[in-house]
Amino acid sequence: MTHAADLPLWAALPVAALLLLGAGLALAGSIGLVRLRSFYDRMHAPTLGTTLGIGCVLLASMLCFSILQSRLVLHEILIAAFMVITTPVTLMLLARAAVYRDRQEGSREVPPLPPAAPRAERTEG
Amino acid sequence: MRRRLPTCVATLGLFAMWLLLTGNVSPGSLLLGAVLAIAGSAALAALAPPKLSLRRLSSVPGLLRDILVEIVRSNNAVARIILRPGGAKTRRSGFVRVPLDMRSPYGLAALACILTATPGTVWVEYDSSDGTMLLHVLDLIDEEAWVRIVKDRWERRLMEIFE
Repeated sequence: MTHAADLPLWAALPVAALLLLGAGLALAGSIGLVRLRSFYDRMHAPTLGTTLGIGCVLLASMLCFSILQSRLVLHEILIAAFMVITTPVTLMLLARAAVYRDRQEGSREVPPLPPAAPRAERTEG
Repeated sequence: MRRRLPTCVATLGLFAMWLLLTGNVSPGSLLLGAVLAIAGSAALAALAPPKLSLRRLSSVPGLLRDILVEIVRSNNAVARIILRPGGAKTRRSGFVRVPLDMRSPYGLAALACILTATPGTVWVEYDSSDGTMLLHVLDLIDEEAWVRIVKDRWERRLMEIFE
């Protein structure tokens, strides 16, 4: 941010507000990781940072670098697209691992497999 | 030819993306970009992705707008749940099993992205044998309402595009 001082005040204010909002959402997500009780509840907390949180930071970045005209806004669009595509993969991996383990342990909290799957096992065995 | 055409599109697309990202047209950068583009599209072709057919693209902008609105709304809702003092006792979270009519893998992937991108809902698993999806909802009041939200707000419109 060597050229940050060149940013006019009317642009610096929304950039700063967006950055604060994005950082605040990421912080709220991190607080959620501490405060929420079960693993499945905690899964929801970081999505604050990966959706609107990163969105605000990217918007601020687009605004800042468009006004300074130092480069295209394409980077931010690509970052947003990759975030949208990759976040569900990691979340689903975590969720499915937790559900699998809880089912193995016979936890009451997790719903059992749908009736179609045991039926298929019975016909084989 | 029909099989090689998508590979060419993927190669050119990756190459263009590389050039735009690096913003550099020196011979070394061009060569590295070309190698990466060819390797990437070859990997894609080796995965043998199922055929993608898109219809009714006119409904995509409206859908994207609704997704953005929903992301902002649910971010606000989840942030309130987290920051509300002592709110954990009154709130109930839980699983909802949603029967889906959509079978297109691309449509299901898009639905998973939408549901995960809106805080408060996480797609847990999909059972392809009976076409049901397990959803975890942070603030669960009414199971039936969530089934209706998923089916009416997202699935019906994704089916218009992908099936």
